Amino acid sequence: MNGYNFAYLDEQTKRMIRRALLKAVAIPGHQVPFGSREMPLPYGWGTGGIQVTASILGRADVLKVIDQGADDTTNAVSIRRFFARTAGVATTTRTAEASVIQTRHRIPEVPLREDQIIVYQVPQPEPLSKLEPSRAETRRMHALAEYGLMHVKLYEDIARVGAVTISYDYPVMVNGRHLMSPSPIPAFDTPKMDGMAALQLFGAGREKRIYAIPPYTAVRPLDFEDHPFRLTRAPHACALCGAGDSYLDEVVTDDRGGRMFVCSDTDFCAARQPAGAA
Amino acid sequence: MAYVAVKGGERAIDAAHAWLAEDRRGDPAVPELATAQIAEQLGRAVDRVMAEGACYDPGLAALAIKQAQGDLIEAAFLLRAYRTTLPRFADTRPVETSAMAVRRRVSAVFKDMPGGQVLGPTYDYTHRLLDFALAEPGGAVAEAGTAPPGEPMPGVMDLLGQEGLIEPETGSDNRHMNVPGDLTREPLAFPAGRDVRLQALARGDEGFLLALGYSGQRGYGGAHPFVGELCVGEVAVEVEVPELGFVLDIGDITVTECQMVNQFRGSKQVPPQFTRGYGLCFGHSERKAMGMALVDRAMRAAELGEDVTAPAQTVEFVLSHCDNIEATGFVEHLKLPHYVDFQSELETIRRLRAGVEEPG
Repeated sequence: MNGYNFAYLDEQTKRMIRRALLKAVAIPGHQVPFGSREMPLPYGWGTGGIQVTASILGRADVLKVIDQGADDTTNAVSIRRFFARTAGVATTTRTAEASVIQTRHRIPEVPLREDQIIVYQVPQPEPLSKLEPSRAETRRMHALAEYGLMHVKLYEDIARVGAVTISYDYPVMVNGRHLMSPSPIPAFDTPKMDGMAALQLFGAGREKRIYAIPPYTAVRPLDFEDHPFRLTRAPHACALCGAGDSYLDEVVTDDRGGRMFVCSDTDFCAARQPAGAA
Repeated sequence: MAYVAVKGGERAIDAAHAWLAEDRRGDPAVPELATAQIAEQLGRAVDRVMAEGACYDPGLAALAIKQAQGDLIEAAFLLRAYRTTLPRFADTRPVETSAMAVRRRVSAVFKDMPGGQVLGPTYDYTHRLLDFALAEPGGAVAEAGTAPPGEPMPGVMDLLGQEGLIEPETGSDNRHMNVPGDLTREPLAFPAGRDVRLQALARGDEGFLLALGYSGQRGYGGAHPFVGELCVGEVAVEVEVPELGFVLDIGDITVTECQMVNQFRGSKQVPPQFTRGYGLCFGHSERKAMGMALVDRAMRAAELGEDVTAPAQTVEFVLSHCDNIEATGFVEHLKLPHYVDFQSELETIRRLRAGVEEPG
């Protein structure tokens, strides 16, 4: 775009972000502070993910942007347009065709490959923030791997209601060392992070943190031997493609209790539809 | 089918933008606002946008206000997003506020002092009665005010300092001595030095600083402030160009500066003396500069050995929440779709309720 550098950010800023990314990859799950810039999109709307994507994007890349699993949600449309406009890169809605996938709240159903990078938008990078509001204090807790507070929270859930009540943004232990927020993906998606072939990058613009999971890294949801991690999914098949193992959105169809369950991953669903139930 | 309604985001965005443009223009029978009118006649709005947008450019601020339909936080956001793309040629020298071309200067601690009190253009003693004459074209009567006296004005704080009654002004406590931190380049870290704290406050939301300053006055933090000196006026901005070897005056900016005097009982090491709270912001905004000075002093509680009990005294709390661009982004992001997360919550609650309803 006229007057702006390729992918909006200037090269010095990209270099600063790439340095943070390299450090993040070297210490899986550790939050690296970075000089997050003010972006022309609002904080909380993906500025961290956008800065990471802008820093790794090359002219030959093919970009896919999803929000809630869908390419057609308004914010996904807006971010995809931003890069089409500022970087002129090819965009796609097909997971298999994308070399970079920026996402908010979902991991695609189809397993990602070694030649792909997934960039997560992160609203709150600190997994301990709901238990300890001070970042000075949580930083110390990470340094000492002092995660008892989170175990106590999970234990209290089980003692009170019989199960862990965290259904999204489920805390994970990365590489056996750092407690990490997987971003607000549903717990259903958490196991996909473990040993993923693709590089996983996380950007939190407002909180000015970057972190990463290198390919084939162990990512374990926090749980107990007698109360193992359980994922949550609506117990239905997709009304459009018939998939019985995908994550579903619940769509209210009338005011008399009518419901319809459809795949949240619109690309996955569309690819299945000719052969599926619809 | 209802499901179709969530499709078509692309067309919806285009249509929304078109509607917004129409809404912004309003009734075409009413003449369109010129940005010069905004810059000249809505100066306080322009000043607020420049302060919170952290960019001194009245023309661009006026454009941002027009584009944002007068939503000043949205306008500050527009200016910030523009500012972040600008190349940095040089650092200016610290502005010399003691050499300010003063338009307004009041002190609440001395009845009179060298240079005198200058009321200047203030709303302070206006009666807040709607002036219906302003509603008619030509109703705004411009009468030349009296020019300020122009005699030297030694700072009120210096007058107190001569007697040793107020703490000396300390230099930067930044580890890079004399190079103040910049939170637009380096992420905020705690403990944060006073340089970075003041930068955050100068960019911070006027309403937030006002409320926090007020909370200190009402007892949350036990402040005992006096306005030592409050000045509005123009200061020169100077840049040292290494290649040229001399200092270049690149123009004047309007600033508001507030020096707040606060009680301090003293400690074993330090005799009782007054302490400082400092506020400085772009443009004419006394409320902002005063709120900033109150909060700056409140955040020095730990340094001065006072108990840290109130929100205004808690550095991490204040600095993490004073930026309205960050705050509005995160609050308003709740409008974005969250149905994937909400679905997982629905399923969890249904499962938990099923467990409760089937005892055994």
